[in-house]
Amino acid sequence: MDEILRVTDLKKYYPGRAGVIKAVDGVNFSIAKGTTFGLVGESGCGKSTTGRMILRLGGSLTGGQVLFQGQDVYALNPKQLRTLRPKMQIVFQDPFSSLSPRMTVGEIIGEAVREHHLVPKKEVANYVGHIMDICGLDSYHKNRYPHEFSGGQRQRIGIARALALQPEFILCDEPVSALDVSVQAQIVNLLQDLQAQYRLTYLFISHDLSVVEHICHEIAVMYLGKIVEQGATRQVYDNPLHPYTQALLSAIPIPDPTKKTSRILLQGSLPSPADPPSGCPFHARCPHRMDICPKEVPTLREIEPGHFCACHFVEVQDTPLYFP
Amino acid sequence: MAYLTQMKNRENVLEIENLQVQFDTEGGIVRSVDGVSFSVPKGSVVGLVGESGCGKSVTSLSVMGLLQKPQGKITGGEIRLNPGENAYNLVNTPEKVLQKLRGDVVSMVFQEPMTALNPVISVGKQIDEVIFLHDTRYRTKEAIRSRTLELLKLVGIANPQGIYKLYPHQLSGGMRQRIMIGMAIACNPRLLIADEPTTALDVTIQAQILELLQNLKQELGCGILLITHDLGVVAGMADFVVVMYAGRVVEKGTVAEIFAQPAHPYTIALMKAKPVVGQQQDRLYAIGGKVPNPVELPPHCYFKDRCSHAFEPCAGDYPCEISLSPTHTVSCYKEAGNG
Repeated sequence: MDEILRVTDLKKYYPGRAGVIKAVDGVNFSIAKGTTFGLVGESGCGKSTTGRMILRLGGSLTGGQVLFQGQDVYALNPKQLRTLRPKMQIVFQDPFSSLSPRMTVGEIIGEAVREHHLVPKKEVANYVGHIMDICGLDSYHKNRYPHEFSGGQRQRIGIARALALQPEFILCDEPVSALDVSVQAQIVNLLQDLQAQYRLTYLFISHDLSVVEHICHEIAVMYLGKIVEQGATRQVYDNPLHPYTQALLSAIPIPDPTKKTSRILLQGSLPSPADPPSGCPFHARCPHRMDICPKEVPTLREIEPGHFCACHFVEVQDTPLYFP
Repeated sequence: MAYLTQMKNRENVLEIENLQVQFDTEGGIVRSVDGVSFSVPKGSVVGLVGESGCGKSVTSLSVMGLLQKPQGKITGGEIRLNPGENAYNLVNTPEKVLQKLRGDVVSMVFQEPMTALNPVISVGKQIDEVIFLHDTRYRTKEAIRSRTLELLKLVGIANPQGIYKLYPHQLSGGMRQRIMIGMAIACNPRLLIADEPTTALDVTIQAQILELLQNLKQELGCGILLITHDLGVVAGMADFVVVMYAGRVVEKGTVAEIFAQPAHPYTIALMKAKPVVGQQQDRLYAIGGKVPNPVELPPHCYFKDRCSHAFEPCAGDYPCEISLSPTHTVSCYKEAGNG
């Protein structure tokens, strides 16, 4: 495996009034070059924090290590970090607030290109036009301002801004959540085309499990700062092991009225991360709770080759539960 | 009284006929809703589907009489509401009467429960207020309070006494939406309008809220107008589906008809564009182009420029409604031969 990113025991705690909030608590994964790794979970599970910590955008780490192409991202001095920055880019969720309203599209896309001297000064304008073409924007629009564009077009600008730096890795933090269905499809297709063309690696953060299934090669399901299940996309979707993953998948409304889903309704909502439950963080909502669950934290174990799950219940099962 | 009228069908709780809503903006007049007609039968769920800006929220706000004035105004059509005896035409019902109907006969659940609730009043008190204003059966403080607790229990809140005293910011998104629903059903409305009630919620919480709405429909027997952009939610909840595009209804029918035989290319494209869990496809179907500018809508079918089926007749006038079955209608020239 041609590994580009490795995250080891990543921890980020925030001090809170009610105690320490463990936003990310011991997350491990690695991403192969040219693939898409999906991070899914409900709001507050720590998926965005994980993404930001990988890019060194969220202050210091509480613990753990982020290796990008073998380099420890947190051991770099400012100069080294600066040479690394163009290689790791980000596309934000909200295409409205993530673009400066006072800069033209050309300036937005070209700013970092100039800053990092990626192309000679004279060629920046041409280069920006070229990038806009690739992202499906009309290059003669480069003197316009973001407010003149629709949501989908703006997300293309956000992608163009990231792509202009010729990155190897792009963190996509809910890039299509704010978009309408028809536009969502255009952006997902664009991301896939770019990946095929430039062998980009994506970390795709989303709560939309249907988009994640479509775009990701491997996924990790997070719950309260921890990964509860991880594996190749097909493994996780065809044979979800963790009761939380099963509930998540069963909760997706299916656009077919003849299929009445057997929804697994979870009780309650995500517990407060400042006061997480003892033992397995999911035990209070779990339909398969056992005596051991509130007492001991389950560890992530390989249940089948490449498919990991942190659950006491799965461990005592002879044959893993099969989801219809 | 000019605002009293007759329902076309007494089994309907809401009938909207040829509704026209305009907004005066700097760029010109925007016809947000242009000739929308559909009805909500008693005790059924009608799903109103479409993308942002298609006029689905404006339609629901017109029913509630909550259009932003003076920019927004209803310029034509009728909205008939059936509270039991007399039917009201909400288009010309005076504000005073409307106030009585709102909350009582028709009520609304908004998308964002955080902004819809008052942040400085405890949630229990906010429900109290609805009962105090609308339900004459509960006159004393104690009676109102116990009714609120009853409602909190009804919307699935395990600890009503404790929650009563809390403020919106102390509750999770799902809990806030439960409070909103409790407030909306406080007076057993005949019609509940739910405007994207689960869009701001996580998928497991969405499942809880949809389940709750489903149960309440059974229990209270009210009609629900469910506004959403998620076809999955519609498939699971609705009995009838109305698909809107650029201010017009392009297709409507029973949920079985729309999902089994979608006729309008826009409906078909919407269904294809959304990836479905368990169905693998190499490439998502993307609708090219974009929604036409609402200030200068084309003289032909609004979807023509994005439509993969467009042919000569499509350059003509906007297609009229064609019946494919007694319940299924579509506005598209492609179906003109089949109607």
